[in-house]
Amino acid sequence: MKHARIAWAGAVHEAVESDGELLLTRSPWAGKRLKLDEVVWLPPLAPVPQARTILALGLNYADHAKELAFKAPEEPLVFVKGEGALIGHKALTRRPKDATHMHYECELAVVIGRTAMHVKKENAYDYVGGYTVANDYAIRDYLENWYRPNFRVKNRDTCTPIGPWLVDAKDIHDAYGSPMNLNLQTTVNGKLTQSGHTRDMIFDVPTLIEYFSAFMTLQPGDLILTGTPDGVVNCEVSDVIVTSIEGVGDLINTLGE
Amino acid sequence: MQNKLTPYWPRGTVYGALLNFKREWNHRAPQMSEPPHKGAPKAPVLFIKTANTFTASGDKIAIPANVPEVDVGANLAWVFGADARVVSCVLVNDVSIPHESYYRPPVKFKCIDGFLGVGRQAKPVAEVQSDAMVLTVKVNGHEVQRVNYADAVRASQKLHADISEFMIFQEGDVLLLGSDCLPDGKRPRVKVGDVVEISAHGFETLVNHFVGATA
Repeated sequence: MKHARIAWAGAVHEAVESDGELLLTRSPWAGKRLKLDEVVWLPPLAPVPQARTILALGLNYADHAKELAFKAPEEPLVFVKGEGALIGHKALTRRPKDATHMHYECELAVVIGRTAMHVKKENAYDYVGGYTVANDYAIRDYLENWYRPNFRVKNRDTCTPIGPWLVDAKDIHDAYGSPMNLNLQTTVNGKLTQSGHTRDMIFDVPTLIEYFSAFMTLQPGDLILTGTPDGVVNCEVSDVIVTSIEGVGDLINTLGE
Repeated sequence: MQNKLTPYWPRGTVYGALLNFKREWNHRAPQMSEPPHKGAPKAPVLFIKTANTFTASGDKIAIPANVPEVDVGANLAWVFGADARVVSCVLVNDVSIPHESYYRPPVKFKCIDGFLGVGRQAKPVAEVQSDAMVLTVKVNGHEVQRVNYADAVRASQKLHADISEFMIFQEGDVLLLGSDCLPDGKRPRVKVGDVVEISAHGFETLVNHFVGATA
């Protein structure tokens, strides 16, 4: 099933995808159907009782590492983000006036489904609740070589659109075998600019869950953004960026100022 | 004067500032222009302490089996309310596995389960002079460090303003104002069996016992 959180009629509701429409579930309007374009889309993540851990991978596709002139890392290059960076589908991301190189990053996002501590690769998928699409924008003008990628580049408000759907892990595993078998692509104003495949991740989803859960306990609702492949280009104000992952969704975002 | 202390536990994201004391900045300044850094930091250098690190005062912090010693990072922290305004202050211990390089994000050094000691009570910000605060660090009852926020690179308001250029603190978020190093550039180090106390005038002392990890 594909889950969404939306704002409509002055309140927040939970919904699922049903025959190309939104079917409201946990809502005073439960059972009502809405068109996809008559709601405001929020990040498809239920609120959590304490700060959500958002882990994001750098250089996790060999081609992207090469594109950025780095040799492939020997262990995951990970950074942490705050929840303020997240916004929903069809939202507006702010592009700073002085930026000269701001690029999208289409990423498969793993949403943890149950408490994960010392998980082994073989069992890692048991701890995944679902998958969604993230667009983890970076503004290269602000890169500094201190705890790189630094927060001014990667933890900007509105700079991590996520959604539209949280797709149940089982749906992806049943349809594709695993999340390591999905095409990714990005278009800018309708033109294909980025194309890749999750099989090309350097550290795959089970490896990442084993690596992180060895030293940090992950809770339901925590996120792992698994990195982006080759093909990032600068985008300008008013550009419409669509980051898509096969079976997971098409996440639309527009840059504003 | 009566202490107006309220029970405290972090609800939002906990951010921390690295290199925010002159001593550590000056210690590293000669290498800042060299690779891999190729320049002194311009924006505040930040990190996040994830929720799995939170440990209440009085509770134990486990040191991983293959780690001989950990760094103690005594911090005064700001707690944000609505409107991105700071409402209260709390003492925290930003525990880290010692790491010399500040090139890559320190997740595997700083985000280990239990690695943030958190004071049990927060003090209204109006009663705290953040930029004049002095924290005392004791290990097994012996004073090992005094952290004086008069020695900060960015005073608290300046740090907040420079971060707000690209992110707004949400209600419940926390900002660690920085931890100082010792004259040798390192932080106080502790091992299994040690007890760390961080105290400051008007605050309940933050106490954490360091223990070995259970297999």
